[in-house]
Amino acid sequence: MQRNKRANREKAETLTMSLADTARSMGKAFRTFGRTLGVAAALTFGAQAMAAAPAAPVAAEAPAAVASDSAAAAAPAAAEAAPVDKGYYTPMKPTPGKGQPVDTGWTFQDQYSPTGEQALWMHDVILMPIIVAISIFVLILLVIVAARFNKRANPVASKTSHNTLIEVVWTLVPVLILVVIAVPSIRLLAHQYEPAPKGAVTVKVTGYQWYWGYTYPDNGGFEVISNMLSEEDALKAGEPGHLAVDNRMVVPVGEPIRIQTIGSDVIHAFAVPSLWFKLDAVPGRINEKVLFIKEPGLYYGQCSELCGARHGYMPIAVEALPRDKFEAWVKTQPGGTVGAAPAAAPAA
Amino acid sequence: MATIPANEGFDAHHDAHDHDHDHKPGFFARWFMSTNHKDIGTLYLIFAIFAGIIGGAVSGIMRAELAEPGIQYLGWWTNFVGGNAADFNQTLHMWNVLITAHGLIMVFFMVMPAIIGGFGNWFVPIMIGAPDMAFPRMNNVSFWLTFVGFCSLMMSAFMPGGTGIGAGTGWTVYAPLSTSGSVGPAVDFAIFSLHLSGAGSILGAINFITTIFNMRAPGMTLHKMPLFVWSVLVTAFLLLLALPVLAAAITMLLTDRNFGTTFFDPAGGGDPVLYQHLFWFFGHPEVYIMILPGFGIISQIISTFSKKPVFGYLGMAYAMVAIGVVGFIVWAHHMYTTGLDVNTKMYFTAATMVIAVPTGIKIFSWIATMWGGSLEFKSPMVWAIGFIFLFTVGGVTGVVLANGGVDDNLHDTYYVVAHFHYVLSLGAVTSLFAGFFYWFPKMSGRMHSEFLSHLQFWIFFVGVNLIFFPMHFLGVQGMPRRYPDYAMAYSYWNKIASIGYVIMAVSIVIFFINILYAFLAGKKAEANYWGEGATTLEWTLSSPPPFHQFETLPVIDDAAHAH
Repeated sequence: MQRNKRANREKAETLTMSLADTARSMGKAFRTFGRTLGVAAALTFGAQAMAAAPAAPVAAEAPAAVASDSAAAAAPAAAEAAPVDKGYYTPMKPTPGKGQPVDTGWTFQDQYSPTGEQALWMHDVILMPIIVAISIFVLILLVIVAARFNKRANPVASKTSHNTLIEVVWTLVPVLILVVIAVPSIRLLAHQYEPAPKGAVTVKVTGYQWYWGYTYPDNGGFEVISNMLSEEDALKAGEPGHLAVDNRMVVPVGEPIRIQTIGSDVIHAFAVPSLWFKLDAVPGRINEKVLFIKEPGLYYGQCSELCGARHGYMPIAVEALPRDKFEAWVKTQPGGTVGAAPAAAPAA
Repeated sequence: MATIPANEGFDAHHDAHDHDHDHKPGFFARWFMSTNHKDIGTLYLIFAIFAGIIGGAVSGIMRAELAEPGIQYLGWWTNFVGGNAADFNQTLHMWNVLITAHGLIMVFFMVMPAIIGGFGNWFVPIMIGAPDMAFPRMNNVSFWLTFVGFCSLMMSAFMPGGTGIGAGTGWTVYAPLSTSGSVGPAVDFAIFSLHLSGAGSILGAINFITTIFNMRAPGMTLHKMPLFVWSVLVTAFLLLLALPVLAAAITMLLTDRNFGTTFFDPAGGGDPVLYQHLFWFFGHPEVYIMILPGFGIISQIISTFSKKPVFGYLGMAYAMVAIGVVGFIVWAHHMYTTGLDVNTKMYFTAATMVIAVPTGIKIFSWIATMWGGSLEFKSPMVWAIGFIFLFTVGGVTGVVLANGGVDDNLHDTYYVVAHFHYVLSLGAVTSLFAGFFYWFPKMSGRMHSEFLSHLQFWIFFVGVNLIFFPMHFLGVQGMPRRYPDYAMAYSYWNKIASIGYVIMAVSIVIFFINILYAFLAGKKAEANYWGEGATTLEWTLSSPPPFHQFETLPVIDDAAHAH
């Protein structure tokens, strides 16, 4: 939010994104994060006191269920392993028009991340007016030419075939327009690449043929296996068909989350349009990017790299919850732990 | 401008018995062993129309399937190619086979053969005043390699390809989906078809470069060449430099698949993203390979029907050279979400936007050519003006996608599909129709119906815009590409797009009626049926031109403005 405002203020500046600028915004991110961390810590300890001991560290075997492509197998295991907080986490109902496409929609989905807001601003304020103006300008020129210089209106063609001035103009003006686009565009990129602060929650997203796995290395290393719900099940659950999943990726709201993607078999892409987030899950490499969700909510996405037969049938559902609820959810997971600062930074 | 000797019927074979001054060989020798650039051009055009029917029919199946949410017709097609529709994965695999076939056919077997093989072969030698291509026999080899490549691709549709029947890798053939992800011979055959047609294109490129550099008529300097010849020259260089990289990449795919190498397999130290770099190093120039000759055709047509020389000729020629050069250094904008480094992404964002400058020069120069002209709205002109507008729309969405930060949301959505169909399906294909109606009477000797061509244009214009404009909306709403089925919210615009397809299909029917009309009832075409604006060398020849033209080379005098 804050960062987005800053971007807005700076939109007129014509300097390219310098190192100094990057450093400044990074510093800002760290300060923001420091505050978030304080709040988060307070919440964490509170939640811990409430939840007390029972988060059993035993069910460590559960991630082994990962390999099975039946999500049904994983879910009951989770329920057995950590029965205590079961009542505390109930899957959130989707809000119509939030985090999902809308009927006959023809604009971007509403954005719920700072980079999303900045990118949307970039598109709506900078790019759209320019490209609409160019298209209309060309159309008007074509109409004028057709009206004024048709055979009847202008029987004798001129022989003009050079005009240096106008040629220079139509070379330089596009260059200027592109500079106007490039400056905020480069700044947006720098913003999207700000690294996750130390200690940010890490979610490792694994693309499988054809479902997703979400591993939480900071919270006990359990993996959530996420399969698409059938059309009927989705409707029963009050969720949009083709987007609803059985087990969601649950993350804390209002703090940076380190998303790491990897493919287990072929390339997949983890994409959530309303968070302006898309990152390929490539076998043999870990891609990393920060996700920051501003509001609690349910945000749907879909696999966005052709990955075989069921490419269209491995949706993504990200549920963003306040810190305490997130931690309560973690404790419902087999081997899920909270509070203890992660001993080592997760493998990058 | 050009001095053309009377066609005096030079005897190539003294034992020829026919009285035809052209001395055409017999049917088999003429069409299967051809060394005549015009006949080979005709073969390419017929082949491209045939492949276009198949590729277009495939897109019809796709639009039918996407008209409603859910899976309706894929099962039938799965059984058709010999699969088992009871297996839902096989049915879904069929979808991937369709998108793969559509992409490969339209790129390698429709647009490229038509625009380079067809019009390039027909008119490059004539426009530079040459009797034929430099290597006539190799020209024939190029065509038949393309033909055999197409057969290989068609066969792949009936072979096991992993999850189901046929190659379902997408036209990009990304590893590891195309290696460990797709066992069975289908993908090998699809890859081999690219080898064959790619080899054909490389030979064709060598042929064009040699012809244009060495066989121009006296006085036809490089800076007097018609812009269509310039466009083919630049395209030929792109082909020559880009296709070997594709050949290398897909050969590595083949060895990864069959001979235990691990170029793209991380388990053996390879990298799947390396394949994407190699593919798009070819793939981005490839899109210019498809559109540059179209630019050339449009320049000829705009000049002809404005009765004016092209405005800013040198700027136009070197804008194409610039597009060709810059086209080689922007490839990773197809890979913004693969996890590129931030600096890499910034560079490719900036470099990609640079391409808008020479493209803008071309658009404005076309308009300036018309400005002050005496415009005649004959059918090719209408198609050409339609091209300028549609290509502009496709171009500006390219500027949006060039921004790496914005592309994070749009990558692999229908917005991208809309963008590249505006520049290719509405751009390159519109230029193909423009060129077809411009030159069809020259090639066939029969006039087509202007009315039917105009009618086709307007129906086509409405149809393709209905298909592809709503795809922008689907894209910004987040609908991913290459999906056979979608969430309810996407159904409205998909329905509109499918209706657009039907309208577009009607226009294609009119196209074929027009060809039929021309051959059955079309007026005989004069040498220069477009009149005073048509000044390039093909208009000095009869329609159709003699079997061998320019047996005495034409001389281009200095005062001429051949362009």
